[in-house]
Amino acid sequence: MAAPASTSASAARRGLPRRLSVNTAMTVVLCLVTAGVVALLLWILGYVAGQGLKYLGPMFLTHTPPGDPSQAGGGFANGIVGSLVIVGIATGLSVPVGIAAAVHMVEYRGRLARACGFLTDVLIGLPSIVTGAFVYALWVAHFGFSGLAGAVALGLIMLPLVIRATAEVLRLVPVELREASLALGVSRARTVMSIVLPTARSGIVTGVMLAVARAMGETAPLLLTALGNDLFLETNPTRRMSTLSLQIFSNAITGFATAQARAWAGTLTLVVIVLVLSVGARLISRRGIVRSAR
Amino acid sequence: MTPDTTAAARIDVVNLTAFYHGQPAVADVDLVIEPRQVTALIGPSGSGKSTLLRCMNGLHLTVPDASLTGQVLLDDADIYAKGSNPVEIRQRVGMVFQRATPFPTMSVRDNVLAGLHLGRRLGRGPHDDVAEQALTKAGLWQEVKDRLKAPAASLSGGQQQRMCIARALAVEPEVLLMDEPCAHLDPISTLTIEDLIREIKETYTVVIVTHNMQQAARVADTTAFLTMSAVGEPGRLVEVGPTERIFSSPRRQTTEDYISGKIG
Repeated sequence: MAAPASTSASAARRGLPRRLSVNTAMTVVLCLVTAGVVALLLWILGYVAGQGLKYLGPMFLTHTPPGDPSQAGGGFANGIVGSLVIVGIATGLSVPVGIAAAVHMVEYRGRLARACGFLTDVLIGLPSIVTGAFVYALWVAHFGFSGLAGAVALGLIMLPLVIRATAEVLRLVPVELREASLALGVSRARTVMSIVLPTARSGIVTGVMLAVARAMGETAPLLLTALGNDLFLETNPTRRMSTLSLQIFSNAITGFATAQARAWAGTLTLVVIVLVLSVGARLISRRGIVRSAR
Repeated sequence: MTPDTTAAARIDVVNLTAFYHGQPAVADVDLVIEPRQVTALIGPSGSGKSTLLRCMNGLHLTVPDASLTGQVLLDDADIYAKGSNPVEIRQRVGMVFQRATPFPTMSVRDNVLAGLHLGRRLGRGPHDDVAEQALTKAGLWQEVKDRLKAPAASLSGGQQQRMCIARALAVEPEVLLMDEPCAHLDPISTLTIEDLIREIKETYTVVIVTHNMQQAARVADTTAFLTMSAVGEPGRLVEVGPTERIFSSPRRQTTEDYISGKIG
């Protein structure tokens, strides 16, 4: 009994200096990598903020761009409104469908669910310009450019993201919770609506916000659908519309310093809008965690 | 609405075999569960005790690729007959699980009333009286009466488990199935729940799965012993009888080996 114990103890002691140094080395490597990632993100944010703040102001948020892009002044008011309207419609289209599909995939399974899971993975990898071209061929070619067509394209891009994020969160809800509800004589559908979805709510909101952030920044599919409108503030989504991403693009490629200053202010606005929406959604979903009948 | 909510029901398990993925987990079980008694199912891990229990309220069939043959009669009506409504069956046969499963988005009171609210048997509203009744039956009212609106997860483990019992009783079932309800509890909470089981058997039929033979000896009127011939083989019912007789003079050698600690 004593002999093997002492050999294993001495073996452990022999390896100890080496294990300690490996432990220290790995800790240093991990800290450096993490610090590098944080530094990179701060650099991007700081650079965007530094460039954007040079021009961002009340004028930028309330005016449309000047007719001549080389002129100074003006702003992206039409792009801000357009982004909110188009992404808002895209969210309204994709989120209910996406959550329903995820519920079917996780809660009911079956062949259709497996097909849906596979297609979701395929669609996530689809280049967004392809989605834009698809909507162009099916819709724009017949009815013309419109904010609505852009919203459909963005909705198609958001859909697989919403499905996958929701499905992953639903899989995290313990089976025991579902069984506890079923065992109370609660129907399957009620269990999903009143137990599973509320439990997964904050995770679903996070997933939806990631999809919204992605849609906010999409430009390529909008070139083929919403087209853009730098001339005036358009609030009717059945007509061609501008978005922040489109205006950043069109102003950045002009080569005029004035237009590029507007583009930088636009990028900062985009970042801030996404940030505000994410934080707002997080706060709302957290506030609802414990819901009482009173 | 459940028919006649005051009557404890009797369960007859007739020639039941339950499968997962086509493999039998428990086979050829014939067992009578008498009303207003506590019946304990004991046996080693893998002997199919929990599966057998989950067949008694139809929960077994909610698992993908699970199936069964044979009958489970609830007051002489086969719960697996065509036209039988699984939701109604589960309202009549309640269940408490090994781990306390508070619904995390709900308060203590809403947890207790969840079965009634979600089963559409009770309109919206506070219904504090109903919650109080159920919590009193579960011996938890004094401890939580000032915390009804607190999140259910803020209760201790033992309190959560008793809250789950209150939640099951609020639906006014005729039978209460308990799947190792004390497995994750400390000895004091365990004794509290055992007292509670002895009390509720006055009005309900109770079936309890337990790994703890002292617990079976303490609470059960009837004990059924299941085991399997080898790992991977389906569990079978070896012996069933009054608890005292099973523990003092078991008729089968495997039963004696198990309760004396030679196997399992």
